[in-house]
Amino acid sequence: MPTETETPVKGAATLEEVVNRQLGRRAFLKLTGLGVFTAAAGSLPAVLEAATPKLRTQRRYGMVIDLKRCVNCKACTIACKLENKTPPGVVYNPVIEEEIGEYPYVQRRWFPKPCFHCDKPPCTGVCPVTATYKRKEDGIVIVDYDKCIGCRYCITACPYGARFFDFGENYPAHTTAYGQVPSPEFQGEYGLRREGKSPVGNVRKCTFCLHLQDAQGRYTRPPACSETCMAKAIHFGDFASESNGGCITHEGCNLKRLLVEHRWIRLKEELGTEPSVYYTL
Amino acid sequence: MSERCGKWGWRVWGILAILGAIGVFQRFAFGHQLAAYGSLVPWGLWVAAYIYFVGLSAGAFLLSSLVYVFKVKALESIGRLALVTAVITLFMALVSIWFDIGHMERFWYVFLRPNFRSMMAWMIWMYTAYFLLLLVELRLAFQPGSLKRDRLLSLLGSVGVPLAIAFHGGVGALFAVVGARPYWHTGLFPILFLSGALTSGGALLLAVVALRWPEKDESHGRLVRLLSKITLGLLLFDLLLEWAEVSVPLWGGTAYHTEGLKLMLFGPFWWVFWIFHLFLGSLVPIWLLVRFPTDTQKAGWAGALIAVLFMSVRLNIVIPGLAVPILPGLDQAVLNPRLTASYVPSLHEWLVLAFVVALGLGMFGASRKFLNLYEKTAEAPR
Ligand code: SF4
Ligand code: SF4
Repeated sequence: MPTETETPVKGAATLEEVVNRQLGRRAFLKLTGLGVFTAAAGSLPAVLEAATPKLRTQRRYGMVIDLKRCVNCKACTIACKLENKTPPGVVYNPVIEEEIGEYPYVQRRWFPKPCFHCDKPPCTGVCPVTATYKRKEDGIVIVDYDKCIGCRYCITACPYGARFFDFGENYPAHTTAYGQVPSPEFQGEYGLRREGKSPVGNVRKCTFCLHLQDAQGRYTRPPACSETCMAKAIHFGDFASESNGGCITHEGCNLKRLLVEHRWIRLKEELGTEPSVYYTL
Repeated sequence: MSERCGKWGWRVWGILAILGAIGVFQRFAFGHQLAAYGSLVPWGLWVAAYIYFVGLSAGAFLLSSLVYVFKVKALESIGRLALVTAVITLFMALVSIWFDIGHMERFWYVFLRPNFRSMMAWMIWMYTAYFLLLLVELRLAFQPGSLKRDRLLSLLGSVGVPLAIAFHGGVGALFAVVGARPYWHTGLFPILFLSGALTSGGALLLAVVALRWPEKDESHGRLVRLLSKITLGLLLFDLLLEWAEVSVPLWGGTAYHTEGLKLMLFGPFWWVFWIFHLFLGSLVPIWLLVRFPTDTQKAGWAGALIAVLFMSVRLNIVIPGLAVPILPGLDQAVLNPRLTASYVPSLHEWLVLAFVVALGLGMFGASRKFLNLYEKTAEAPR
């Protein structure tokens, strides 16, 4: 079981190494100076906590989706739609199904597919105006609706079909009270849907429910899809930082541990996109 | 005869303009809602039209450089025509792509906050430079001759040639660099764009020169014959490249690389390739040009067929590359017309295209009326 004192960086043996890697040598020297100076005041981890907010906030959010548990109920798809109030044709987390073989040997396979928040995302480099990017602090790939010109180049570049164009269409319920409730996406910054105003005319995608983070970047609630999954198939958590794989959705669970204990795949691994979403088999 | 032609021309233009106006009205009133593309096939007719017009522009410009940079005497009289064609078709291309973006009012962001990691940003910066250069060159080409002006024209042309090659190659690279789409992701793609540009641009000039030239004398015949030969050679070269592009993956036979091609060749729109592009847009014109080498009228028709039907090549670049679901089953995961792998342009998209065509024809008609298009650029007095 991982503990608080475990090193947060893969393959790093000592705390010194960790700090070296994350802050650079110079910063470490400064820091140890500080450490000696304040040795009387407390332990090194405490000093680190005070002196290196950057280290504490370097997060890498991701998912482990247990395909053995998923029952294809599509509750995640619906929960996501309700949470983010996405319009028709914008589906951040569809469940993809395939039917294989012929009677009597027919087989179905399915899997929920959010954006994978790839570590090397091919979708961001193509954007002509840097409207879409991978956040340094937590690895979440987002689209800045105020900057996106709606050219849709990023849709062509994503190998996983995780991006959607907002055509400005609405559900019939839009004219009812439903339409008066603002979408919480991006802390409600885009509020109510208005014709021709962002996010209409923009490309949209799963944000790992970014709006559920507090000011420190910690989730106050797990993303809607993982929270709603009654089969406990979607594990959401932070692969780096102090939690080192700790699952936010299911207490006592650890994403890294799940990966060690199961066989897992990532889609189209050969493209080198390094998705942050793993499927265990 | 030509008067009747003119009358009909006006009528057709009028209809196009009215239809186009409806399309533009719809575009502003309803945004993208009447367009048929979606999130799985995110680009459609307008993007195809964009690369088509931009290709015509680059092709016409590169041929104009034969006059202004390489001083090919036999083509001198088409210098101005080629430049004007390049400007008008570039303008048409920009209008097409402007209608395509989600936030038309933000187009200038590409100048304000460009991402030079993006091939699209490079392309936009390069065609802006190219547009400015074209305008200056055009202005000079219509000025009375002087030695200084000739030198300047030749200098601008020399800068323009690599620029036109880079920017149109860049349009091809915009597609080619997308590793997620195996149909586009080949090294030959930018080159194919260039040869396509030269072929379609050359064919357009051939059509205009052969069919719309005011004086059809002996020198006109010679000019048409030369342009015919150039166009024929370019078309054959383009077909050769296309053969390489299609045959290599098919021979290899891995589904990942052949799905898009099979969609183009044997999918529901097989006729766009076989009938429009290969038969009417290539074989018939080749036959006309080879069988009737001295017939200017037929050469003109051959040029028109190649130039107009080249749009089928452009459609076949954009759509089959996207219409193969990027993950099997993705196109059936959600029942929504925006999330299917099939795409047929909607009436609205055609109407907007009609507007762009009417705009281009209108500009061309106006330049015929107000500029001495068919005169060779005045030479410097010796
Ligand atoms: S899944 Fe697609 S949209 Fe998401 S980060 Fe990867 S490439 Fe980008
Ligand atoms: S659609 Fe928006 S986010 Fe995507 S590449 Fe174009 S400008 Fe960037």
